[in-house]
Formats: sequence, structure tokens, C-alpha cells
Amino acid sequence: MAKYLLLKHYRGAPAAVNDVPMDQWAPEEVTAHMRYMNDFAARLEKTGEFIDGQALAPEGTWVRYDGEGRPPVTDGPFAETKDLIAGWMVIDVDSYERAVELAGELSAAPGAGGKPIHEWLELRPFLAAPPTISECPHS
Amino acid sequence: MNEALLRSLTPKVLGILVRRGTDFAAAEDAVQDALVEAVRVWPADPPRDPKGWLITVAWRRFLDATRADAARRRREDLVDEEPPPGPAAAVDDTLQLYFLCAHPSLTPSSAVALTLRAVGGLTTRQIAQAYLVPEATMAQRISRAKRTVSGVRFDQPGDVATVLRVLYLVFNEGYSGDVDLAAEAIRLARQLTAAIDHPEVAGLLALMLLHHARRATRTAPDGSLVPLAEQDRGRWDTGSIAEGVEILQAALARDRLGEFQAQAAIAALHADAPTAEETDWVQIVEWYDELTRLTDSPVVRLNRAVAVGEADGPRAGLAALAALDDSSPTSSGRGHPLPRHTAVAAYLHERDGDLPTAARLYAEAARKAPNLAERDHLTRQAARLNTRLRG
Repeated sequence: MAKYLLLKHYRGAPAAVNDVPMDQWAPEEVTAHMRYMNDFAARLEKTGEFIDGQALAPEGTWVRYDGEGRPPVTDGPFAETKDLIAGWMVIDVDSYERAVELAGELSAAPGAGGKPIHEWLELRPFLAAPPTISECPHS
Repeated sequence: MNEALLRSLTPKVLGILVRRGTDFAAAEDAVQDALVEAVRVWPADPPRDPKGWLITVAWRRFLDATRADAARRRREDLVDEEPPPGPAAAVDDTLQLYFLCAHPSLTPSSAVALTLRAVGGLTTRQIAQAYLVPEATMAQRISRAKRTVSGVRFDQPGDVATVLRVLYLVFNEGYSGDVDLAAEAIRLARQLTAAIDHPEVAGLLALMLLHHARRATRTAPDGSLVPLAEQDRGRWDTGSIAEGVEILQAALARDRLGEFQAQAAIAALHADAPTAEETDWVQIVEWYDELTRLTDSPVVRLNRAVAVGEADGPRAGLAALAALDDSSPTSSGRGHPLPRHTAVAAYLHERDGDLPTAARLYAEAARKAPNLAERDHLTRQAARLNTRLRG
């Protein structure tokens, strides 16, 4: 089993095929999209592949340490940030192929005109704990 | 197996152990053990005296745990002498537990967790599931909370306002997992009204009952939000409404108005309207004026602007909103202090007939929404208006 992160971007991903902002859809198209996303997560729970799904607010704050005895520095949010994560889903699947298959299904969620959005999702493997039996016999 | 009975006995049994001189943290652990044992044993072998059974088992667990530590702690003197059970001042003990678990030295999340466990009789696992945190994290939170209050004297009077804030937090969390936190908050508020006679306790219980009565109609089967005006009023729980109104009227008659009574009065006026159009908005605005006097919070004034928009028309509502804009400082980088401000502005502009502005504000409000359900709802509102504007 391998864990993968499916990342959805507000900004920074290549443009989707059916690239229309959600507030320009018909209300029932918004509803259909939400239902598709919920059904997708529910189905992965049933197959034992779902771990977590979360959505993020678009605005965040940058924070860094500013030295002993001083409060942390905060900055932002930056409107010009190129990459902006909208949310994620964590899945635990048998293979990379299965992860790609599921990401493809999620990308097919219906959008404007009821047609699939074809949006780009980023698929990132988790760096897991090392296996008990290493593949390299000399390590 | 009567879980409700078991849970209602929890604070009484815990109170008795603490009265016997055990420290709170050890007593609380012993009572949890006894509850787990009861869940295991009672279905096949129900006790004739459930409370006596729990006290005996919890006390035995406490002795076992203390004896295990005895070499280190030298506590034999205390534990070998079992005090007579005697008549317990159950009501006072329960109230003291509420005060202890909502002690001002605790953070809100710790007070909530400790209250649900020590007063509510929920297990750590149930509380962890309800708040979507790992069980080990919740266990740590609870044991740290117990350490924090370990030096607090049990017979000190507490501040009922802190208890009310904790119960309000529990109620507002809604529910996830197998524990219905809203129903649990109502149960705890009910138990509190039996322990202390206070109009704001009654006000909070009434407020909870009146909101709970509408719960089934607040979301559609697909999980989307249904606004108050569009809810199916035929499905509101009339029993819960009648109880809430009765409790509220008795509280208001005592002429010691507080924040929760005023909020409950507003909820009662909504519950009382057969249709959304028949809502007595003028009276609701008056109650918001009372609330503003009691707690001058920006959230109250935002809600008041909505009510003014209904009572005196959208222009008046927008004027009330503009006044609010001027006086509420926006701290840079931390977003608007009122995340729903834009949503209210969108609604009032739509009622005023300015659909392009309303659509733009709904989309902006969706980006600022504090939760997914509201974001989806606001996105749908923007989509609805944009569809109309295109058509």
C-alpha cells in the first residue's frame, strides 16, 4: 500500500479544459459538482482507500521566527502568489496506477454545462517509513 | 443498558468520590473505569441500585489504583478506611463539577473536553471522534486539564457565566462521529438548570431547544444549507419549541435579562412565525437593540443589520451595515473581523434589486466563508444571480 496526496489548486495548475469560475455556473451545476465530490469520497471510504480530505480557505498568512524574545513576523496574504492550494485528499492505494486512475476520476467532476472540468490535480507520493526488508541488500 | 441513566449518574458518583477526599484527577479516572465496567456488565446483569453499584466499583477502582501507587505515595492510611457512603449532597456536587470543569484557568478546548468527560460521562474516544482529533491527543488534553485544576478547592463557588460559555461551545459544534454534541449540550444544560436557579442558565437552555427544533430542516439531504426563510416549518419540532418558549418566558418574568435570554427571545420570534413573511422583524430589531446594550459585539450588530433590512427595507439595512463598517477596525492581514459581513451585504443588495453588485459580493463572500457548507451556499447564490443576469 502507498499513500498519495491529491492536491487541488486555486492557482498554479495548468488551465483546465472546462475552465469557468464556479460562480458563473448554473446553481444546479454547482450542486451536481458537490454531489460528485461527496460521492467520490464516500466510494473511496467503502473501498478502504480514503484517508482524509480537507479544503483550505484561500487566504493565509506567512509567518517566520524573528529572534529570541521577539514575536514572530507575519506577512501576506500575497495576491500575486503563483501557487495556491485549495484542498487535498489523501488516499492509500495499492499502486501508482490506481492513484492515477482515481485522480483522473476526480478531475472528471462535472463543471459548467454539466461537462467534466478536466482540471489538473497534482499527485504526490508520501515519503513513507523505510521497509523492514530493504531492496538493496548491502544497505 | 440505559446509557442516559449511566451518563446522568456520572457527575453524582464523581462528586461523592471527591467529597470522600480523593483528588479530582484520580477520582475521575476511577469513575471512567467504572463506566466502562458498567457498559460491559449491566446488559447481562443489571444492578438494582445503579448509583450504588457505580460508587462501589469506582471506589474499588480508586483503591486499586492508589494501592498500586502506595509504596511510592504512602497513602494506605487514607485508603484502608472506607468512609461511610452517607447521604450525598448530589445537586451541589454536580454544580461544583460544572464549575471545576469550566474553571477560568482552562483554555476553552480543555474546558469543553473535561466537561464532556467528567460531567457528561463520555469516553475519551467519543470526545476525540466528535472533535476529529486523534484519541491520544484528546487523552493528553484531558489529563493536562485535570492537572491544571488539581489545586482548585472543590467547594469554591464558581462563575456560572464560564459554565454557560462552555456549554454554548459544545452546542455550536454540531456533531460528527457517534456523539450528538448538540443533544449532549442540551442534556448538560438541563442538568445544570436542576442544579442552579439562574435566569441565564434557563435562557441558554431555551436558546438551545429553539435552535435544535429547527435542526432537521437546516440542511438538505445532500448536506447543503437551507436558509431560515426557505426551511420547511412544518417539520420544526413543536415540542422542543413549546418547551423552549415556556422556559424562556419563566426566565424573562424574573426581570434579570442577559445575553442568552435575549438571543433565545429572537429565536422564539422566528419559531413563532407560521411563515417567513409573518416574522415579527420589528420586535426582533428591538431584541437586537437589547443585545447590543448587553454585549456590544460586531457580530450582534451585523445580525441587527439583517433584521433592520427586513423590518425597514434593504436600504435601511445597508445603512446599518455601513455604520458597522466605519466602526469596526480591520486588522491588516488577519481578514475582516466579520467573515459574514460581505454575505450580508450581498443579500441586502439583492433585496434592493442591484443584482450585479449582489452577485459580485456573493462570490467574494464565498471566498471568505468560514466553512465549506457556507462557501457552497454562497457560491450557489452567486451562480443563481449570474444565471439570471445572463438569461
